[in-house]
Amino acid sequence: MTADFKSNDLANTDHKNNGNVVHNPWRDLRQFTDARIGLGRAGISLPTSEMLAFQLSHAQARDAVNFPLDINEMKAKLATVNTANARVLHLHSQAVDRVTYLQRPDLGRKLNENSRQLLLDFVAEQQQSTQEKYDLAIVVADGLSSLAVQKNAAPFITELLSQLSVNKPLTFAPITLVEQGRVAIGDDIGELLNAQIVMVLIGERPGLSSPDSLGLYLTWEPKTGLNDSLRNCISNIRPAGLPYIDAARRAAYLLNEAKTLKLTGVNLKDRTQDDVIEHQQSSRHFLNAE
Amino acid sequence: MGQRYRYTLGTQVYNFKNLAQVMAKATPHRSGDRLAGVIAQSAQERAVAQMTLADIPLKAFLNEALIAYEDDEITRLIMDDHDANAFMAIAHLTVGDFRNWLLSDFATSSVLASVRQGITPEMAAAVSKIMRNQDLILIAKKCHVTSAFRNTIGLPGHLSTRLQPNHPTDDINGIAACILDGLLYGNGDAVIGINPATDNVAQAIKLMTLMDEVIQKYEIPTQSCVLTHVTNTIECIEAGAPVDLVFQSIGGTEATNSSFGFSLNTLAEAQDAALSLKRGTVGNNVMYFETGQGSSLSANAHHGLDQQTCETRAYAVARKFNPLLVNTVVGFIGPEYLFDGKEITRAGLEDHFCAKLLGIPMGCDVCYTNHAEADQNDMDNLLTLLGVAGCSFVMGIPGSDDIMLNYQTTSFHDALYVRRVLGSRPAPEFEKWLTNMNIMKNSSDVTLSHSLPAAFAKPLDALAGGRS
Repeated sequence: MTADFKSNDLANTDHKNNGNVVHNPWRDLRQFTDARIGLGRAGISLPTSEMLAFQLSHAQARDAVNFPLDINEMKAKLATVNTANARVLHLHSQAVDRVTYLQRPDLGRKLNENSRQLLLDFVAEQQQSTQEKYDLAIVVADGLSSLAVQKNAAPFITELLSQLSVNKPLTFAPITLVEQGRVAIGDDIGELLNAQIVMVLIGERPGLSSPDSLGLYLTWEPKTGLNDSLRNCISNIRPAGLPYIDAARRAAYLLNEAKTLKLTGVNLKDRTQDDVIEHQQSSRHFLNAE
Repeated sequence: MGQRYRYTLGTQVYNFKNLAQVMAKATPHRSGDRLAGVIAQSAQERAVAQMTLADIPLKAFLNEALIAYEDDEITRLIMDDHDANAFMAIAHLTVGDFRNWLLSDFATSSVLASVRQGITPEMAAAVSKIMRNQDLILIAKKCHVTSAFRNTIGLPGHLSTRLQPNHPTDDINGIAACILDGLLYGNGDAVIGINPATDNVAQAIKLMTLMDEVIQKYEIPTQSCVLTHVTNTIECIEAGAPVDLVFQSIGGTEATNSSFGFSLNTLAEAQDAALSLKRGTVGNNVMYFETGQGSSLSANAHHGLDQQTCETRAYAVARKFNPLLVNTVVGFIGPEYLFDGKEITRAGLEDHFCAKLLGIPMGCDVCYTNHAEADQNDMDNLLTLLGVAGCSFVMGIPGSDDIMLNYQTTSFHDALYVRRVLGSRPAPEFEKWLTNMNIMKNSSDVTLSHSLPAAFAKPLDALAGGRS
């Protein structure tokens, strides 16, 4: 083997029949789960390939947490999303950097002074056209995974708008793009923009098998200091999780219900779920098969 | 009450307004206490708070409640259940003297067991704050706490594991696959315990039935648990479901537990219900509790206390109900409470020490999330330290990666590692089963068999046949 071997050469070394790795015949059971079963062992420890595969997954999840949002790219993407209002306002929370953000969730929930002023100026500018309350303000915040936002926010919004346009058209506040934001920062933004409902799209805490999950939170009549029990959440929006089309259907349903009932939160139940888990067809599993 | 604590250092006088403030400022740094605004403002202030704390008599903790007696049922539990006779041996000590006494050769395992009902959670928390990590390990190792249901947990020289076969959609074959994987790696003696993805009574009963069938069919000397809300488990028992253990997450203030939706009365009702089933064979410890620093702050129910003191008060709740298992989910909530590997390690050792001192069968979910400054090396370190300290059990999960809860904890392989380097063994009844099943070839040096045990080869063959 040459010195410049490729990474998959390394992965292959474990599978050579050199007797140092004990393989698990039950690895086939991975047809039933993404859990890391049947990994085999070197002595009692992880084989090299599995140990390195884990490190790679962890590295990807870590990068997802620490990668800053590409603001210009996101602005461009969001500006092309077809809303009545193509403006994208760039905002920042009071958490000045990532380290502060991770330790001080309270600061991630509040807009910094510049951002607050930006929104006040925008609203003042709109006054001439006697602006009524917007139906919806969409907030895109980096959260714990900018990767989730970068990959999934724009295509999800596109899908959502195409489903919403069937109904009575809504009025949209300009999309806001927030750095170092937590969910509750939508309360500040929605209130300042005078929006009836705020929808926060935010990067979720990344798992090893899901570094790019997008979360969605809906809040009726947002204002600073609301409790999380007043929000509705849709989680794991990404092609390998809850696909855009299904997530958009649920979001459109919740938006409609919220407008009818004039509320969001624990008193607004999502009844669109057609994949309820407890209705699995069989309770027999391979370990108790006769 | 209203008493002031004061320390003079050179020309500078430090005033602390009450015991809670001395405790909070004496705590080693962690992000949650900073978030709560109770942390020392400088390293020197922390050191001074520790010296102030060391001079406070243990008796002061019986006279000054950190949360008012009238306002909090956990305070009432701590005060009302305090054993004055057991306390007599240490009643003359300050917190600083208490540390010396615990470290002394006089404080043997049996002496420590004889005073534990006289120690309040706050006394344990206080002394932990003036300890180095090696103190926390050395004394915890002397505290022997055993519990039993279908096997015996916590014997000296033993380390058990909770087999945690979670699945993001509760797929029963996916769960069964993880159970098999864990058993074949010698894990699962503490409990086979599932965090359900869909949390309701019907789902809990389905998962309990699944585990009960496996335990019965393969005659495994272990117990199962679905980690659902205590009120759900009471309903499961009423519906005739095969409940071994009752689970609940608990916190150290009444307000925290209210936010979790239960009170001490609820736990008593659940314990009675589980005991009435008489499913234990070698013991009747039927409760399983989880704790973790930061839960009270997260529920906005911390009354200005630091998070480690709140955590320790939760052990008063646990102690009341004679649990089989308690574990701190140490790194789960995230870096706003424990920022990095260093803070997680310290918290894990504190939680284990305080619980063992109070007589709790303590285990630890040695874990972290991907937004914390931590990795597998930090977990290896804490796992090894806890193994040395005599931790009762840790988690066992396929490849360390929980695909439902999106965090990393200790794997089946990790448990074998720590058993081998420290010579620790599974619960005796379970160890016998591992040998009889030909899963372990040699349990004293933790050697697994090379061939698949016959009992498990059969369902796998059937599965392969069914697919072809």
